[in-house]
Amino acid sequence: MNPTRQRRLIIVLSIVAAAVVAVGLTVFALQRNMNYLFTPSQVEAGKARAYDTFRLGGMVKAGSISHSENSLRVAFTVVDASGAMPVVYDGILPDLFRDNQSVIATGHMDGHHFVATEVLAKHDETYMPKELKDAMAKAHAGRHVAQATATPETTP
Amino acid sequence: MTPELGQLALVLALLLSLAQGVLPLVGAWRGNRALMATARPAAAGQAVFVALAFLILVWAFLRFDFSVQYVADNANLQLPWYYRIAAVWGAHKGSLLLWILILNGWTLALAIFSRQLPEAFAARVLGVLGLVSVGFLSFTLFTSDPFTRLLPMPANGADLNPVLQDPGMTFHPPVLYMGYVGFSVAFAFSIAALLGGELEQAWVRWARPWTNAAWGFLSCGIVAGSWWAYAELGWGGWWFWDPVENASFMPWLVGAALIHAQAITEKRGSLRAWTILLSIFAFSLSLLGTFLVRSGVLTSVHAFASDPRRGLYILCFLAVVVGGSLLLYALRAPKVMGGRPFATVSRESALLVGNLMLTVAAAMVMLGTLFPLIADAFQLGKVSVGPPYFGLLFPLLMAPVVLLLPFGPYLRWGKGEGGQLKSVLLRCGVAALACAIVAAFFVGGRLKAVVGVAAAVWVGVGVLLYVAKRWREMPRGRRYPAEMAGMLLAHFGVAVFLVGVLLSESLSVSRDVRMAPGDSQTVGGYQFRFDGIRQTTGPNWHAEQASVTVTRDGKPVDVMHPQKRTYAHEQVQTESAVDPGITRDLYVALGEPMDPARLQGAWALRVYYKPFVRWIWGGGLFMMLGGFVAATDRRFRVRREARERVVAGPVESTAREVRA
Repeated sequence: MNPTRQRRLIIVLSIVAAAVVAVGLTVFALQRNMNYLFTPSQVEAGKARAYDTFRLGGMVKAGSISHSENSLRVAFTVVDASGAMPVVYDGILPDLFRDNQSVIATGHMDGHHFVATEVLAKHDETYMPKELKDAMAKAHAGRHVAQATATPETTP
Repeated sequence: MTPELGQLALVLALLLSLAQGVLPLVGAWRGNRALMATARPAAAGQAVFVALAFLILVWAFLRFDFSVQYVADNANLQLPWYYRIAAVWGAHKGSLLLWILILNGWTLALAIFSRQLPEAFAARVLGVLGLVSVGFLSFTLFTSDPFTRLLPMPANGADLNPVLQDPGMTFHPPVLYMGYVGFSVAFAFSIAALLGGELEQAWVRWARPWTNAAWGFLSCGIVAGSWWAYAELGWGGWWFWDPVENASFMPWLVGAALIHAQAITEKRGSLRAWTILLSIFAFSLSLLGTFLVRSGVLTSVHAFASDPRRGLYILCFLAVVVGGSLLLYALRAPKVMGGRPFATVSRESALLVGNLMLTVAAAMVMLGTLFPLIADAFQLGKVSVGPPYFGLLFPLLMAPVVLLLPFGPYLRWGKGEGGQLKSVLLRCGVAALACAIVAAFFVGGRLKAVVGVAAAVWVGVGVLLYVAKRWREMPRGRRYPAEMAGMLLAHFGVAVFLVGVLLSESLSVSRDVRMAPGDSQTVGGYQFRFDGIRQTTGPNWHAEQASVTVTRDGKPVDVMHPQKRTYAHEQVQTESAVDPGITRDLYVALGEPMDPARLQGAWALRVYYKPFVRWIWGGGLFMMLGGFVAATDRRFRVRREARERVVAGPVESTAREVRA
């Protein structure tokens, strides 16, 4: 093999090797960090069983929020049209967290309740994140899900 | 009446942009000088009308003209005047108008400073910018007209989103847009070069200052956004890998690659096709960013505007721009290729590795950002990609860049040179190792912090060694031309940034605590005492304001006042308190009341000790400065004398540079 060809071969091989490593790492990282969104009724139906951590989306049941006496622990119930899931969370809730607010909590199941590591409440009470609306609509095809009317706009 | 005038001004601007987009291109194609000469007046006229429309919208905000829907949606009688001006770009329609205004600003600047360029080339560049402007003006007029009336007129408007009522927000969008839109200039240069089949690389030299300036603005905009997220969102984070942050970060990465590719192409003529491709990518990613933010397809802290028509329009526009320019590229790129070969160890190779890494990083960010969309389209379920994905891959991809950075300036164009590299390697390596060992004692073996110190010293010493070398070897006045000074500043910014990121990430202490008045907490060696809550009011909000006294070893440091503000319509916004410092920030945010007796009772507080966090933005500002300084290099200005010399009897090399 002449030197030019040899050099080219080395370059091509190293590019292929780098690409393989890059693709492998990306797939690995994506798989590890993909979080699926489920509603309480989907969780009750056992759809979330395969996942260690997932995101739970729904509405905060009115009157279900209870703070602990001497720590930051808070317990509340997330509901959709037919399911309910008790959630516990240690930490500071977002500004918009309140009764009947749509929320997305990231965390895992512990027995029959959901332990959240992060709670997001999105915008005001008339708005529901699109993905959450879709998920709830899918879980209860045909049923009425809170309308996203007069959606306010925000820019970066 | 005035809002209709604004609309009329936009229509006239659209017509002028059509003229600017079509006539000069036809003129350049047919060699018709009269048609080519229409570019500048059309651009100037368009800029005047767009500025007029913008001012009319500002005026509508200032005098509370709630008969305009957009004003009624984003301002009310209590909003102070400075936030009313910021509200102009506080939502979709107005920010689009701002985008167009800035595009016109860039075009106007180009029209003024391009008089020395060859006539046909300047006409093509301005024509392409005109076409871009057609796209955005028709988008505004057909899908999101800011002057739409609201009848009957309400007595008072809604409110500007409280999250946006912050000084950082007044200037983050304009600066960011300066960067986004600035890449349209680099894009226009590349398209013009493809259209004209430029055989020489001189056009790259003319494009370089614009690219550098745009990248500087984009850096500044991202820094401002990051700072705003830190101070305003109340989470104390500076980067969340949020889709909209990613949308601005992708063009930044590709822009950084483009700046370096342009340097190679300008000086050596190599990699021309790659440079053109990168400028197409940079601009397309700016458009993609607009699409992601504006269409509401992704859920993020920023974007809730979901009008499917808008998303569809931008998607079509994106398809036309990307598809059209890539088609042109496929047809014409073979014609403009060329340049000199280079050895495996050479400055070109080093820059190319950096280029590849930056581009791959941008692709990685794009995959993570778009994956939820792709998964949704293929019915794979509702998925989000967590920050750890980016957090794992991004440092891995950037590691080679950081490792190569000190060597870049030492490498020679075209061919390798071993000796000097070894001494640089040795000195940087020893310095990094020594500092890492010292640092290890201070941070108690936290690997990330030690790596951070080592990497920062590695880059920093490399840059400083080169500064010293130029000082020793070059005569006064020729040591640091602007282009080189800019490069050194930006590279030094990387070192500062590395310190900030890795030290603050690894050494930060954060605590969410429940505190009753009189309670104390110790975080990072500082004692935080909660002294209770009192009511306070501002121009358009009322708030519960905490008093937190910070002491260190008994000595007072600061009294901090985090707030929980309530705006109109019961919108609640956390206003954190920051005690800034060069080596550390103290950060307190107010959570929620834990007691029904809000004022006397216990509250949830978030207390942070964040060492070196300011260095993150400091590094970004160094990079911005580097972009701006490099843009001022005298070499980039097209010299009239040189052209005259060509006529008189050319020096071979200058003649070649100018003829194209």
